[in-house]
Parts: sequence; structure tokens; C-alpha cells
Amino acid sequence: MSVSRTAATAARVLSQLRRDRRTVALLLIVPCVLILLVDQLFAGRELVFQSVGVPMLGLFPLISMFLVTSITMLRERTTGTLERLLTTPLTKLELLLGYGIAFATVAIVQAAVVSLVGFGLLGLNAAHSEVLIMLLAVANAILGMAFGLFVSAFAQTEFQAVQFMPAFVLPQILLCGLFVAQDQMAGWLQAISSVLPLTYAFDALDRAAHDPTLGPRFWADVAVTVGTTLLALGLGAVTLRRRTP
Amino acid sequence: MAATIEITGLRVDRGGSTVLHDLTLAVGGGVVTGLLGPSGSGKSTLIRAIVGVQIIAAGEVRVLGAPAGAPALRSRVGYVTQSPSVYGDLSVRENLTYFARVLGAPATRVDAVIERVGLADMTARLVGRLSGGQKARVSLATALLNEPEVLVLDEPTVGLDPVLRRDLWDFFHELADDGTTLLVSSHVMDEAARCDRLLLLRDGRIIADLPPDELLRRTGAADLDAAFLTLVEGGDAA
Repeated sequence: MSVSRTAATAARVLSQLRRDRRTVALLLIVPCVLILLVDQLFAGRELVFQSVGVPMLGLFPLISMFLVTSITMLRERTTGTLERLLTTPLTKLELLLGYGIAFATVAIVQAAVVSLVGFGLLGLNAAHSEVLIMLLAVANAILGMAFGLFVSAFAQTEFQAVQFMPAFVLPQILLCGLFVAQDQMAGWLQAISSVLPLTYAFDALDRAAHDPTLGPRFWADVAVTVGTTLLALGLGAVTLRRRTP
Repeated sequence: MAATIEITGLRVDRGGSTVLHDLTLAVGGGVVTGLLGPSGSGKSTLIRAIVGVQIIAAGEVRVLGAPAGAPALRSRVGYVTQSPSVYGDLSVRENLTYFARVLGAPATRVDAVIERVGLADMTARLVGRLSGGQKARVSLATALLNEPEVLVLDEPTVGLDPVLRRDLWDFFHELADDGTTLLVSSHVMDEAARCDRLLLLRDGRIIADLPPDELLRRTGAADLDAAFLTLVEGGDAA
């Protein structure tokens, strides 16, 4: 594995993103506006805002990185740069790590900005350090990236790639426990919810926000999130084929 | 000159039909070999097999003694795709700097190749805003960065003006004189005259393998265009 090739790839992905000022602005401003909206929506119902606000901070990066990665990787596939790169010494692992480093960097900035608004301006509180929430946000961003990478193999156009968001991510958000607690769902929904990775990502955030002890369930959540990320990255790597028909 | 690209019994199938039929050929260094044929004849498929990105049904492709696409070859074989494979949202220099780092080429090569493809006055321009011919030159430049021993170019001069085309062909010959193996595909017959050796491909088969003057002599045609048409339409192997 070459550090230089990995770093070059991360720098290249970041340069591409930096060039797109509007996307950067949207990535940073939209989560802040949404958290403000939620704050106003639950004005006077401080407890509700506290219970959904913190997990929301940690889930924004997942959605953003899912979209950005699926489109970026789809472009690599359709413009021929992926095929070209795979004829160079760059390995798939280096390519994926380069992407991971670049998007984790963006996620850190995004989580920091939205945390500043949430914790600083809107008075959100977490049982544990804000840094823990940000770390979870970054882990979720990388999970979103891994999902995006994987689904990009199944999209032929950018239209299709964008549609994978409501198809793939939205059901997970609905069922993760953010809107209705898992134990209050119908049995069959609970069953579905318990096999969706986002349920565990949400639970980890929820515990970091409200559970003073964290406990083994928190670490199990983290393990599931990291495990799913690695699995999705592995599946994504399989779709990066050097030889194609 | 020993063969640097050796193809034995290569067959490629796509969508239920055979694109390349039992191809056997060898290409050596020190000369510019032209791969010519009408569109759809299998030129790009053959080139993709040589750089190891094509799934092959049968046969063997070896480059510099190793199986095509082997990790050891990836810094020794240069590949220029038919449509420019560079990042439109990066500048000319950013594209080349990235490819230089990926290929392990020294950073000083970036300016050298930009100069070589005649883009020295637009290094800061976004590639997406360049003309088709300029994009093709950026793509070509990426393959020159690490001075590969084998350079495989899929229609590298499409959309280029005649002056630039002449300069690039002169450059290809300079590279060949230094011992580089060059395989250049084209569907433009006036480029065939600039090759040392021609491989004529039709429907996935090599129908002729000879120098340009030999092609003229054998077909009795006035120019290469006519000679090519004679061969392609006549159907008899030269």
C-alpha cells in the first residue's frame, strides 16, 4: 500500500469538491438550516427537540456523503477515469481509502459546523462530550460513503443514483427509531428495523446523547456500524472491477 | 527486435457475439505499429485486452513477458483511452499532478508533458472547459508522465488540428527510436502512412499485417484510403 498514492487520491477528491463551491455551501448550510427548522418546529417542547436534535446532528453526514459518493463514483465509472486508474499502480484499497479520507474530512467540517449551531446556538445537550457525537457523525459519514460507493455500481445515470437515496436511505431513517421508538413499532416493522444498519447508528447517537452510562449496547451499536461499513466497502470494492466485458 | 506484446489465440465475446476471433500477433518495440480498421472492427477491444481491462474468453495476452494487466506492468504500460479519461472539474495541472503521483512519476515531468502536448498556456484551465481536442491532449499527457516502455493509444489524434497531429506523430517516432513500443489505433488512413507497420482489423480479424508501402503495392491502389477500401470490401487477405 502506498501512502503517497492514497494521499494523492484524497487530495484529488477534495480538490474536485472544493471546485464545486455551491455543493460545499449546501453541504455546510443545509444541515444548519434544518436543525434550526426542527428547533422552531418543537418550540416550547424542549424535551422533544433534545431527543431528536442530537441524533439528527449525527445523521446528516451520512445522507450527504451517500449522495456525494454515489455521484462521484458513478462519474468515475462513466467517464472512464476508473478504468484508467485501474491500469495504473493505484490499488482498489488505495482508491477506497483515498475516498474515505477525503469524505471523512468533509464530514468532520460538516459535523463541526452543525454541532456549533446545535450545541452552541440552540442549546442542545448531550450526556457525553460533543466530541463523541462528532466522532459518531464521522463514522456515520463513512458508512454513508460506503453505501454510496456500493449503490453507484447499480446506477447507470446520475438520475438513478440520486433515486437510491429515497430508496435506500429514507426507509432506514424512518425505521431507525428517530420518529417512533423501535419498541413501539408493529412487530414486523421491529423485525425490519433490527436488521437495518441505521437503527444501530441511531441508537449509538441516542445513547451518547441521553444515556449517562453508555454501556455494552452502545459499543455493540458502534461495532455494528463499523462492521456494516467494512462490509459495504468490501462489497463496493468487488464492484470496482479491473476487467469488464 | 523481440516482441513486447504477444497475443495468442485471443477471443473476446460480448453480448453473445464474438468481437475478436482467435487473434494471434506480436508487436515489437522501436517501431510505431498502427491498428486500423472501420469503427466496430474491434480496435478498442484489442487495446483494452492489451492493457488488461477486457474480459477475454480464450487465449493469452502477454506484455513485456507478463500477463496483460499484471501489477508489475501497471507502471510500465501507458494507456490512452478513446474518450478522454481525465477529471473535468480539475485544472490541466491538477489532473497531471494527480496522475503523476499515482504513476510514481517525478513532479518535474508534469511541465514537460504539458509542454509536449502544447498546453503550456492553459495549465490553470479547468479541463471541462477545454475543447475536445484539448481534452484529448490532457488525456494523452497523463500517459506520457512515467515514460512507459509500452504505450497503447486508442485514437489519440481525433479532433486535433493537422499541425498538432504532425507534431505528435513525430513525437511518437522519437519515442519509438528510443525503443518504446507504440501501438496506435486510428480510423484515419492518412495516419496509416506515418506508421512503420499496419495491422488492419475487420470484424474482429486481422486482414493484413504489413508496412504502408507494401499495402499500396499489394493492392495496386493509388492511396492508402483506396487500398484500405479494397481490402475491407474485397475480403481477400493480403
